[in-house]
Amino acid sequence: MKPIIDLINVDKSYGDLRALKGVSAQIMEGEFFSLLGPSGCGKTTLLRTIAGFEDLTDGVVLIDGKDMDGVPPNQRPANMVFQSYAIFPHLNVGENVAFGLRRKKMSILEKKEKVKEALKMVGLVGYENRSSHTLSGGQRQRVALARALILRPRVLLLDEPLSALDKKLREQMQTELRRLQRQVGITFILVTHDQEEALIMSDRIAVMFDGEIAQLDSPQELYSRPKTKEVANFIGIMNFLPAIASDAKDGLIKVKIPGLGDALIGEDQAPSGSIGTQIGIRPEMLTILLSDDQKAEKEVVGTVVEVNYYGDMSYYSIALDGVTEPLSVSMRNTAGRKVLEPNDKTRVGWGAESLILLD
Amino acid sequence: MKSGRFLTLFVWVYLLFLYLPVILLPLFAFNTGKIIAFPLKGFGFQWFYELAKIEALHTAVWTSLKIAIITSVLATILGMFASRAATRFSFPGKGPIMGLIMVPLVLPEIIVAVSLIVVLIKVMGLGLSIWTIILGHVLICVPFSIAILNGAFRSLDKSLEEASVDLGETKWTTFRLITLPLVMPGIISSLLISFVISLDEFIIAFFLTGSEPTLSVYIWGMLRFPGRIPAVMALGTIMLIVSLLLLTASEYFRRRGLRRSGVQDVGGFI
Repeated sequence: MKPIIDLINVDKSYGDLRALKGVSAQIMEGEFFSLLGPSGCGKTTLLRTIAGFEDLTDGVVLIDGKDMDGVPPNQRPANMVFQSYAIFPHLNVGENVAFGLRRKKMSILEKKEKVKEALKMVGLVGYENRSSHTLSGGQRQRVALARALILRPRVLLLDEPLSALDKKLREQMQTELRRLQRQVGITFILVTHDQEEALIMSDRIAVMFDGEIAQLDSPQELYSRPKTKEVANFIGIMNFLPAIASDAKDGLIKVKIPGLGDALIGEDQAPSGSIGTQIGIRPEMLTILLSDDQKAEKEVVGTVVEVNYYGDMSYYSIALDGVTEPLSVSMRNTAGRKVLEPNDKTRVGWGAESLILLD
Repeated sequence: MKSGRFLTLFVWVYLLFLYLPVILLPLFAFNTGKIIAFPLKGFGFQWFYELAKIEALHTAVWTSLKIAIITSVLATILGMFASRAATRFSFPGKGPIMGLIMVPLVLPEIIVAVSLIVVLIKVMGLGLSIWTIILGHVLICVPFSIAILNGAFRSLDKSLEEASVDLGETKWTTFRLITLPLVMPGIISSLLISFVISLDEFIIAFFLTGSEPTLSVYIWGMLRFPGRIPAVMALGTIMLIVSLLLLTASEYFRRRGLRRSGVQDVGGFI
């Protein structure tokens, strides 16, 4: 795979505010790439510098190997789907979709055929003459997609395209966008603050905080081996416990957890590469040992503080003996399995592969 | 409920006070009597016929129309520049600059008129012509134009223009294909309001008029002859109807513009 976009030390300042602090990344041809982060982390600014709407303060943006310095948005091989969709209100659906073809040398019939094809791709067959006022949120989104994709750009930029839709429709559009991306084979770059959305849709995700990329990895890597506490906290739920790492032997690191004694961690479970001062563990990596014959590598005793019942899952808050902060533990409610209640005593266990070591 | 009834009464008295004189205008315009007094003599169009016979009046109407058309076009173009800059860009001193542009809205017209006459004649040594009146009228019309166009430009989503550029258009074609059609109702509304303001304006026209009086200055001159007063009433009636029609049209276009861009109506003069 070769990179379609090369970001080299991209810096952007607005007066005293440094929105992007030397961001470097490579985005590969044909991948679904997400920029994930809380609002104000610079993800939209980064997207807009790729589109050409923001001038760089410093650094280089290469698209397809060409330096984009001074190249206006209308001459870049990238098209954008705006957060507000930016459907032209005085044009109908067909005119909106055909807008980008205005400057292309082709006959009206060819253009009509292209519009038809683009609308078919997003599931809006026969919508050419509909007024843009009559469209629902999901339909506006589809028109915006068709309008951007009709130009066959090398890169499609999506600025929080799903944030205005309700939950059901959002989930439906997530799978549909993913399908569309595979079908057209164009590189998609999605900006989102929704970690679940990024995990579901992306090949790779760049997690951004405060104008910098904190970690760039596949969804699985990001979730199971976050490099910093910030990333671990932003993606899913993570329990943290202070720990002192001692020696490593046979691919296992021995750590001392104050109040809980010694525990073992797989050597490859230290994603940051350093020794670390705390351990992290996901709620689903902790197992509640309901019967006496259930065993785990490491077992501790605790008391249930709070129960949140979700139907398929239960989330427990369990105070372990010797640790003040209760841990979050999740368990699938399979047939016949007992749902614990507050003040129940229980054993909680984990294995060496469930923990990660963090700074 | 007592205070409620009082307030209702207050509103009616207020409206009566405001509009009674205006209602008298058509009343005496269609009256056949020579003096403005009750009881009314009869119904007829004689004063309107008389209007048609006054040659000087026609010249004044033509002068006023020329001034109003040129004023409304100039004021709207300037207003577009200013409101576009105010809604899209931030630049040093934006607040004070916009404030200064809007000041003529509250400045007594006589001050504008006197200072213009001093500058034009004493300082610049220019003579008075319809262009000096146009200059004064543009000055007082621009704030109205900005107030209307600000709304039009503000309700225009910035990403619409960005989307057009993103899809291959240049800044200029984007302005023509996207911006202009979407703010057109605001532009028409601004043209109409400026036209009406210029047409009805008296003080500046009176001070800055050269050899060609405007309609309002001509009417003021007619008032000195008691025999002409019924004709003035007829003229006033025509101007009232024209003004009302233009204002209604202006408001219609402003609201249509807002509806088009799908935003809540927050401003406007009517």
